[in-house]
This record gives sequence, structure tokens and C-alpha cells, in this order.
Amino acid sequence: MERTTNVILCGTGGQGILLASEVLCAAAIKSGFDVKKSEVHGMAQRGGSVSSHVRFGKKVHSVLVEAGTADMILALEKMEGLRWTHYLSPRGRLVSADIRINPMTVNTGDAEYPDVDQMVTAKGIPCTEVPVLSIARRLDNFKVMNVALLGAASSLIPDISPDAWEAAIAERVPGKTLEVNMEAFRQGRAVPHQEVKA
Amino acid sequence: MVKKRNQEKTGTLFLSGNEAVARGAWECGVHFAAAYPGTPSTEIMEEIGEHYPEITAQWAPNEKVAVEVVAGAGFAGARVLSAMKHVGLNVAADPLFTLSYIGATGGTVVVSADDPGMHSSQNEQDNRLMGRAAKLAILEPSDSQEALDFTREAFRISEEFDTPVLLRMTTRVCHSKSLVRVSPRTEVPVKGYVKDIAKRVPIPANSRRMHSRVEARLARLSEWGADSPLNRMEMGDTSLGIITSGISYQYVREVCPGASVLKLGLTNPLPWKLIEDFIGRVSRVMVVEEGEPYLEESIRSRFLVDAPGKELIPIEGELNPELVRKAVSPDSVAAPFYGETDLPGRPPSLCPGCPHRGAFHTLASMKYSSTGDIGCYTLGLMPPYKALETTVCMGAAIGVLSGLEKALGREGMPKLVAAIGESTFIHSGITGLIDMVYNGNTGTVMIMDNSLTAMTGGQQNPSTGRNLRGEPAPMLDIEQVVRACGVKRVRVVDPHDLKLMKQVLKEETGVPELSVIIARRSCIMAYKPLRKTVSVHDPAKCVHCKACLRLGCPAISWNREDNVPVVSEMQCWPNCNLCVQVCPVGALSKDLEGVV
Repeated sequence: MERTTNVILCGTGGQGILLASEVLCAAAIKSGFDVKKSEVHGMAQRGGSVSSHVRFGKKVHSVLVEAGTADMILALEKMEGLRWTHYLSPRGRLVSADIRINPMTVNTGDAEYPDVDQMVTAKGIPCTEVPVLSIARRLDNFKVMNVALLGAASSLIPDISPDAWEAAIAERVPGKTLEVNMEAFRQGRAVPHQEVKA
Repeated sequence: MVKKRNQEKTGTLFLSGNEAVARGAWECGVHFAAAYPGTPSTEIMEEIGEHYPEITAQWAPNEKVAVEVVAGAGFAGARVLSAMKHVGLNVAADPLFTLSYIGATGGTVVVSADDPGMHSSQNEQDNRLMGRAAKLAILEPSDSQEALDFTREAFRISEEFDTPVLLRMTTRVCHSKSLVRVSPRTEVPVKGYVKDIAKRVPIPANSRRMHSRVEARLARLSEWGADSPLNRMEMGDTSLGIITSGISYQYVREVCPGASVLKLGLTNPLPWKLIEDFIGRVSRVMVVEEGEPYLEESIRSRFLVDAPGKELIPIEGELNPELVRKAVSPDSVAAPFYGETDLPGRPPSLCPGCPHRGAFHTLASMKYSSTGDIGCYTLGLMPPYKALETTVCMGAAIGVLSGLEKALGREGMPKLVAAIGESTFIHSGITGLIDMVYNGNTGTVMIMDNSLTAMTGGQQNPSTGRNLRGEPAPMLDIEQVVRACGVKRVRVVDPHDLKLMKQVLKEETGVPELSVIIARRSCIMAYKPLRKTVSVHDPAKCVHCKACLRLGCPAISWNREDNVPVVSEMQCWPNCNLCVQVCPVGALSKDLEGVV
């Protein structure tokens, strides 16, 4: 694979974005790629927007994805996914969890939470909504939503094998939660990606 | 406490720049390290504390002390490292500038982690300018492998040239991860302390000789740098030559793979011979650097060459591949396929259960505000509190409150208290308080003691009773310190006891005397609650007054259809009952069913 694959993971503080990007990077490394990732710590994590850029390929220079070149936006929160869509390439896809978390300004009534689905459709963005909430409920564990989302993304990344994903998850999640995380991954992986309607 | 990273003796690890600096220090036998936390530098010392027990390591009360302690250990011939954020270097500037004259007996490396774009900082200062002013050698890594390699090289340069070395990192180098080849640790002996007054006592007669040595050292280093692999030419198309350093190099390589590039790793002193050679080989020169025109101005003035930099590359903010493409390869710029979407922002907010919420809610309810400081509690400026209106630097809350009173008189003072966290108070607020006592101020200082250095991710400090490695340590008694400074009125209160908090604030702001309120309650990161309880709302009792919403708690939102609050079970903090306290009709209560 000559071309570098660009993924942006996003959500809000505390959702597990950073762990999800660690798993993705570990899986890409196990598949033999050069990998770089960049994220911002500090003030951004106090419930604010969190994002992580992951790039892998033969040789990666920049740690940041260039706007208009992302193969995938992986969002754990719907509005945060929409926020990054200008980073998508024409072939890119938004893979978003069905989760809405209000920013404080919406809680206090100073702002409106937008109709994300309608805006994504209006922009004509290929989008997969991943029912991570129902997966989490079925498994009775709300901490596996990030891994379920990765599962959905994994079927779009043929360069990383299921074995590499499994090994990466085993390496990064706490031992006693391995089985439930693996099951969340498998259920996410089963989510179909519809072609966008013309 | 010590985890497995050091067991990986060789091979390839996926490390952040900060983790790679820690690894590099360990590999080349560093004996001692000290730091004060500050984004984006914090993980360097955390990593040393967690993974590398061979290094004696500690949090210091502030960056100045960290550099002084490191200096002393260096005098004993130990290899030493200190790390801080860019503004921390201002605090440490006093010892550092003179340490530059004294030199390095044991290798001495100071890491400055700059924050272009101000992800978590109050300014964008470019510490290459500080390093040059201090006449230090400066190394600028551009990824994690270089962060490790340059750390090792920094110790070699430090000992060979008898100079402290500034390892200048930036947020994108500190907090990005890439693959790093690692090696085992090489032990080096502590050389031992040898008394040398001419070297270590900078009285003017000695300092004049020291200054001559510093100038000669810089000249030798510049010569050496021309042949060092720290600096390299990557020749390609010679119609354009790009001179660059640090993270900017990676963006240049990304968007302009065919260009000729001079990549500088040693950026003070500059390797003049190499730069001259490079300029001679290309038709036209450009300088791509983040922040200040540090390389550009040096190169322009030295060679009187037209080397555009800041006319094409912004001086403000962080660079990224788009900005570099626009400057070096404008023909390849393409507008993104999808446009940007205008959406409500998601600014950070105090966590559910945060002790500061009680303090700021109370201040706001009294129409009081504060002179603020650096920490999570800077978020007191956000709605719904809007209870913080100045911030300068670590410790300044107290000095600013004091100065306002000097200018306006007690009668003319706005309704303000000083709001400062305990770690910041220890860092550099104590001297401000001594000033208030000494110079006859009145006013109220609120020390927001959450027993943790929280903003940077939760580090220990002298008041927490634990050290860097989590071992028990003596606990600084802040109340005794405040009294010893000469403050007569000292109150300790739980900021989540809203009634008492208000009463104490009223009493202390009401008397024309200096007072200190220690608002003490642990940060939610400091402990695990024993019981799992959440607030529940009874819509039948609700009078729709939104008093709970005005707490600004992320766990509480408003259901507009039913006109009632909704408490998020996932976000509600068990040991917090602020919403229960503010509800005037008892519609909110703590669910004690199913208590574990």
C-alpha cells in the first residue's frame, strides 16, 4: 500500500477516544505499517472536544491529517463527527456512534443541538451509523462503545486483518474485559455500510 | 508502581515524544530528574516515575526549584534532566541563565515543551529565543525517534562542550506517537563533587571569564554542528531550498517530497558553514518554521539573502500541512471536498463532582468574582458562573488582587477575591501572600485546595502526602503556612457545603482585614467513591426554576418538552449533592437504593 491511510477519531472527553486510537495504531503496526498519531491533551479533556489523528502507510511524515484527505471519520459523538467532515476525502466515510452528548451551552439553553442526520444527508456524506448504545446494553457494559465503533470501522480497512485487530485489542484493554471487548468488536464489525443514495 | 516499559531492552516501541525523551534519558544513564507539571511536558516526568526506577526523580514545588536541584546534582557529576512547559522556563530562567555560564559537570538537559496554538497555555512564546538569550545549545527533535536520539545526543554535547542543553519540543512532538527503536541503559558513574569556586561562584571577576568561555563554546559548537548528523541536507530539486526544523520538517516532507531541504536539529548556535553551503546549492531559499522568525532573521541578517519565511507562514498559531502547502507548493492546494459546518462549540467545563463548582457557584450567587490563576479553576470564567476575570501567570491571582486594592483603595474595590489552587499557591502564590501581609492589604484569598495538581492530569504535590512515585511523603500544612505568613483570619471550609461556604465568604469579605479561606475538597481524580449513588429527580415536585441547571454541571440537562431537568446516570458523581442542595423544593435527592 503506497498511499497513506488517514483516520480521524473524535468525540468528547472521557469517551475512550484515546484508547480506541491506541488500538487502531497497534493493529496497524502489527500489519507492518509505519504509523503516526497525534492528539491534544490538557484543557481539551475537561469534557471538551477530543480528537486523534491516525495515519498509517509505508512511510508517514506529518502527524496531522490534511483537510480533504481523510479516509474515515470515526465519531463517538454525532455532532463531533459532523464537525470534522470537511476533513473527509471525496471517497471518505463518516462512521458515527448513535450517541448525542450535549455541550454545556445546549444544556443551559444558550445553543441548539443541530439535526446532525439531516445535515449529513444534505451534504451527501457517506455515513454509517453504528448502534453502539444497543451493543453496549446487550453486553451490559458502557465502556465497550469505543471498541464496538472500531469493529464497524474495521470492515472498511482491508489492510488490517481480523487477527491484527484481535491482538491489538488484547494488548490494550484490561485483561478481565477482553472477552466483552472482543464481542463488542465482533458486533460492530457486523454492522453493514450502505452506499450513499444519489 | 513501576511498570514494564524498561523491560523492553531493545526493539521498536510506539512512543509519544515525551515518552521517548524519558526513554532516551534512561538509556544514557541519567541519574536524577526533577520537574513541575505543565502541559505539554508533564508525561516526561510521569513516564520516568512510572517506568524507570534507576532514575531518582521528583516533582519540585516549581520550575525554578527543579532547575536548582538539577544544577546541584549536576555539580556532583550526575547526569540530570529537568522538564517544563514553555512558561515554566520563565520561572526557571534565573538559575538557567547563570547555569549557562557555570556549565555542566554532569550532563545537564532542560526540556522546554512549547505550545504553539495554545492548546493549553496562556501564550505562544517560542523558547528558541529564550535558549539563545541564555546562550544554551538548543536541539529540536521532529518526531519520537529524534526525541530519543536527540536526548542522548544532548547529554553528549552537554558534557563535551560544558554547557546545559535546551531540548526544545512542541505540543505536536510531545503528544504525537511514532515508532522508536530503543536500546538498553548504559550506566555511567556519578563523577563526584570537586570544589571549584572559579567555576561555580559567578562573582563578577569569575563571571567575566565564564562569559568568555561561553562565547568560545558557542563558536566551537557552530563549527561542530556543520558536520553533525543533527543537521542534514536532503538534496532534491534545487530550484527551491527549504530550511526548516522541528515538526515543520515533517510537514515540508509531506507536502513537498521532491524539494531540497536543510533540516536543522541543532538550532543554537546555528551551523553557519552548512547553511552557507546549502544556500549556495539552490536557486532560491525559503524558511519554514512554526512561531517566531527565529531561523529566518538569523539567516537573513547573516547572509543578506532573500529567505522569505513569515511573509508566507503565519507567526501565530500552530502549523499544519495545509498551511505549509499553501506556502511552499501553492499550485497543489485544493479546497476540501466538503465544506466546514458551523456548529455549537464544546468548550471544556468543570467535571461533575468538581469541588470548584461549589466555590464558583457560591461566588456567583453573591455577585462576587475573582482574580484567577492557572489550573482547572480558570474555568470559573465560563458561564454560568462568570466568576473569574483576570489571569496572568502561576501565582498572580494574589498579586493582582493586592495591586487592584493599591490602586483603588479598599472602598473602591470591586467584589473580587483571589482564587488560586493549592499547587499553584505552593508554586508561587506564597510570596504574593507574604507581600499582602507585609504591605498592609486587606482582601480575601481563596485557596482552592483539591489535594491534587489536576489540570495537568492529576499529579502529586507537596500538600498531597505522596511523591512522584506515589510513595508516602510529608504533607505541607497549608493552614500553618498561611498563619506563619502572618495572616490572622484563616478559615477552612468544604466548598460543597454551600450554606457554610456562603456564610464564610460573607464574613471574611465583610471585615476590613486580610483573610484566607481554604476551600478544601478532593479532586474527583484523587479517589474512587465507595458508594455508587446518583441524583434522582421527582418531576411531581419540580417547580421548573432551573436552579439545578445554574450549577453548570455536565450531568444535568434540561428536557424542554416536559420542562424538567434530566440527570445523566453515567455522568453524575456519587459523592456530590450540589443539585440536591440548590433545589428549593426537594425535587432532587440522592438515590441510596442499591448502594454498594
